[in-house]
Amino acid sequence: MNLGFPLFPEQASTMASRVDALYFVLIGVSVFFATLICLTIIVFAVRYRRRSELERPPEISGDLRLEILWSVIPLGFTLIVFVWGAKLYFETYSPPRNSLEIHVVAKQWMWKAQHPEGRSEIDELHLPAGRAIKLLLTSQDVIHDFYVPAFRIKTDVLPGRYMTVSFEPSKVGAYRLLCAEYCGTQHSGMLGRIVVLSPAEYQTWLSSGPAESTVAATGARLFQSQGCVACHADKDTERGPALADLYGKQVRLQDGKVIVADENYIRESIVNPQAKIVAGYRPIMPTFKGIVSEEGILQIISYLKSLDRPEGAQVEK
Amino acid sequence: MNDAVPERRLHYLNVSYGVKSWLCTTDHKRIAWLYLLSITFFFFIGGMAATLLRLELLTPQGDLVQAETYNKLFTMHGVMMIFFFLIPSIPAVLGNFLIPMMIGARDLAFPRLNLASWYLYIIGGLLAIGAAVAGGVDTGWTFYTPYSSIYSNTHVTLTVCGIFINGFSSILTGLNFIVTIHKMRAPGMTWFRLPLFVWSHYATSIIFILGTPVVAIALALVALERVFRLGIFDPELGGDPVLFQHLFWFYSHPAVYIMILPGMGVISEVIACFSRKRVFGYSFVAFSSLAIAVLGFLVWGHHMFVSGQSIYAGMIFSLLSMMVAIPSAIKVFNWTATLYRGSIALDAPMLYALGFIGLFTIGGLTGIFLATLAIDVQVHDTYFVVAHFHYIMVGGAVMAYLGGIHFWWPKMTGRLYPEGWARLAAVTIFLGFNLTFFPQFVLGYLGMPRRYHAYPPEFQVLNVMSSAGASILAVGYLLPLIYLIWSLRYGAVAGMNPWKATGLEWQTPSPPPTDNFEVTPTVTREAYDYARPEPQSDYVPGEVEHV
Repeated sequence: MNLGFPLFPEQASTMASRVDALYFVLIGVSVFFATLICLTIIVFAVRYRRRSELERPPEISGDLRLEILWSVIPLGFTLIVFVWGAKLYFETYSPPRNSLEIHVVAKQWMWKAQHPEGRSEIDELHLPAGRAIKLLLTSQDVIHDFYVPAFRIKTDVLPGRYMTVSFEPSKVGAYRLLCAEYCGTQHSGMLGRIVVLSPAEYQTWLSSGPAESTVAATGARLFQSQGCVACHADKDTERGPALADLYGKQVRLQDGKVIVADENYIRESIVNPQAKIVAGYRPIMPTFKGIVSEEGILQIISYLKSLDRPEGAQVEK
Repeated sequence: MNDAVPERRLHYLNVSYGVKSWLCTTDHKRIAWLYLLSITFFFFIGGMAATLLRLELLTPQGDLVQAETYNKLFTMHGVMMIFFFLIPSIPAVLGNFLIPMMIGARDLAFPRLNLASWYLYIIGGLLAIGAAVAGGVDTGWTFYTPYSSIYSNTHVTLTVCGIFINGFSSILTGLNFIVTIHKMRAPGMTWFRLPLFVWSHYATSIIFILGTPVVAIALALVALERVFRLGIFDPELGGDPVLFQHLFWFYSHPAVYIMILPGMGVISEVIACFSRKRVFGYSFVAFSSLAIAVLGFLVWGHHMFVSGQSIYAGMIFSLLSMMVAIPSAIKVFNWTATLYRGSIALDAPMLYALGFIGLFTIGGLTGIFLATLAIDVQVHDTYFVVAHFHYIMVGGAVMAYLGGIHFWWPKMTGRLYPEGWARLAAVTIFLGFNLTFFPQFVLGYLGMPRRYHAYPPEFQVLNVMSSAGASILAVGYLLPLIYLIWSLRYGAVAGMNPWKATGLEWQTPSPPPTDNFEVTPTVTREAYDYARPEPQSDYVPGEVEHV
C-alpha cells in the first residue's frame, strides 16, 4: 500500500484548471463559513456555560437586520457561483465547430471508440493534445457514464440516443477512463485508458493500425448496401428526400413542426422512421432497427454529414 | 401532591400487558414504540450491509465478496436505510409520540389509521427483507432504468412492491399529522405558539403527501415494464430512461428534506432547552422549514446535470438548488445565535445538537458544490456525493434522531440514561463519522465513482481511513443500544421534567398517562418561554398532577 496519496486529480485538459479554480474558491468560502459557525458555537458554549441552575438568560427573540444580513450573503455568494459554474458547464457541452469527432459506443462492460479516419479501439482512446475533441456517445444496453477525472468531464451514455461532450486535452500522458453510472455486475471493471499523444504521434498512431477506410466512407458503403440509396438519391424523389445538405438544417414535418436535423433526429429516422415524417412524403420507410448496428448508424450519420461539407475538417483524407 | 408511599400510577406502558395490547393499540405513544423497535431492526440490517461494504473497500481488489454480492449489499444498505429507517425515523417515532403531547391533544386525529400505517410499513419492510433473503436486488436504491426494468435478473419486482406499500404508510402518517396539527391544538395553542418541532413536521407531512405518490407510480411502472414489457423507460420498447429519473427524483429529492426537516425540529427544541432561551428568530426558523419543503419540489433536476436533460434545464435547476442554501443558512445562523448569552449545559442531547449543526453546515456547503454545474460534472456519481448525503442524512438526520431519543427518553420511559456513557457515545459518533466520510470528499474529487466493488490502487489510503472511521462509528451506535436498554431497568427515575424544559409534553407525568393529560391544558404563553420572571413555578420536579 502506497502511503502517499494525491488530494487533487491531475489537470490534463484546458477545462481542468478552470474547474479547479472554481473548486478552490468554493473550498475557501466553505472553510470560512464552517470555521465561523464552529468557532462561534465553541466560544458561546464556553463563555455562556451554565454556572448555576438558577440562571435566567435575557430574552432575545430575534433581530430583523441580522436575518436579512445572513439571507443576503448566501444569496449573493450562490448567485456568483451559479453564473461561474454555468458558464463552464455550457462550454463542456457545446463543441466548437472544428472539433475532431470521435464515436464512442458503450456496452456492458466495455468502451468501443472509432476515429474519423476509421481506426477503432476497445477500452482505450488515443487523442491528440491541443485539439478540440467532440465525443458522440451512445449505449447498446443500459445507461453508462463516460468519466475522465483528469479532464473534469463526465457524461451519461444513454441507450437510444446520442450524448455529446467536448474538451481539449492539454497534456501528453495516460489517464483513467471510468464508468460512473452503475451498470450492473462488472460496473467497477468497466475501465479504460485515455492516451493523449502529441499531434504528430497521433497521426503516426492512426496510420499504424490495420488499413481501414474512413468512418464516412464506411457509412457510404452501408448506405449503398442497405439500399438507402434506392429512395434517398442525389435529388428528392417521390419516395424520399435527398439527404445531402441535411445535417444541421431545418426540416418541416408533416404535422407542421420544424425541427433541426441533428444526430439524434437522423438516428431516430433510421430506427423508428414513422416517428417524424417529412412534409410531403408518405410513411413508407421500413425500420432498420436491429439491421444496422449502433456503430453502423454512427457511420451512416458521418457519411450524411460529409455530404454537405466537401472540404470540411471532419473528413480528412 | 406526592404521597409518601406513592400508589402505582397507571400510565401508557403499564395500563395493559400482552402482545395483543401492543399489536392492536391505537395509542400514538405505543405505536411510536412499535416504530422505534422496527426501525432499529432495519437500521441494524442496513448497518450490517454497510459494515461488509467498508470491509470490502479496505483493499482495491474485490476480494471479500463477489461483485454481484457487493452490488446487492449496497442496494440493501440504501433501501433499508432510506425507505425503512430514515424516512420513518423521526416522524414515525418522535413525531408520533410527541406531536399530540406538544399541542395538548389526547392522540392523533386518526388513531386507527396510525396503527394501519405501521402495519403497512411492516408489510413493506417484510417484502423488502423477503426479496433480500430470496437472493437480493442489485440495482442500487435508485432503481435506474433500463437496468432495473429489463436487464437486472434479481428480485426487483418484490422489492419495489415493498417500497410501494411502505409509501402508503408515509402518506397516511403525513395526512394524520396535518389534520392533527390543524384540528386538535389545545385552547390557546396558536400557530405561532407551536414548538418548531411541530412546524417542521407539518412541512414534512406536506412532502409525504405530495411526493410519495410520484415515487410510488415511478416504481410501479418499473415493475410493469419488468413484468409486462410495457415500453415506458426502455428505448428498445419505445420508452425513455430519463423519464424514470425525473419521476424518481421528483420524490426522492424532497425525500431528503423528509429526512432532515424533522431533525431540524428536534434541534430547535434541544438547543432552546439546553441554552434556556427562546429560539432566535422563531418565525424565520418556522418559515424556512416551509421554504425548504416548497423549494425541495423544484430542484429534482440537479440529480441529472449529466444525464441528458437539456443544458438550459440544468441551469434552471442549478439556480433553484442554490436557493435552498438560503433557508438552510437561516436555520444554522439562528440556532447559533440562540446560544448567545444563554445558559448552556452540554448534556448528551445538546452534544448531538451541536454536532448536528457542524455536520449539517458541512453537508449544506458541499451541497453548493453539487449545485454548481461545472463542479457537479466532476463529482456527480462519485464519493463526493456519497460523502455529501451522508453528512446530511447521517451527520444531520441520525444525529438529530439520537439527540431526540436521548432528550425524550425520560418522557417515553420514565427513566434517565447514564449521562457519562451518553456523552461518550455522542463524541464517539461525531469523531467516527468525520473520519468515515470526510476522506470521501477528497476521493470524489479525485474521481472515485460510487458503487465500485474494486477500485484503482491510488484510492486505497483514503478508503482505509474511511473504513477505520466506520469501525469507530459502529461502536458509537452500539453504545446507546446497550445503555438505553440497561436504563429501562436500572436508570434513575426521571420525574416529570428532568431538563426543566418548557413545552406541554413536559407538564405531564413520565411516562405519560394513556390520555396524555388529565385535563386538557390551556396555553397562555409562547414556546420556549425560558425567561419568565418566576420560572420555578413551572418546573415542578417529580410526578405531580399538574395542569
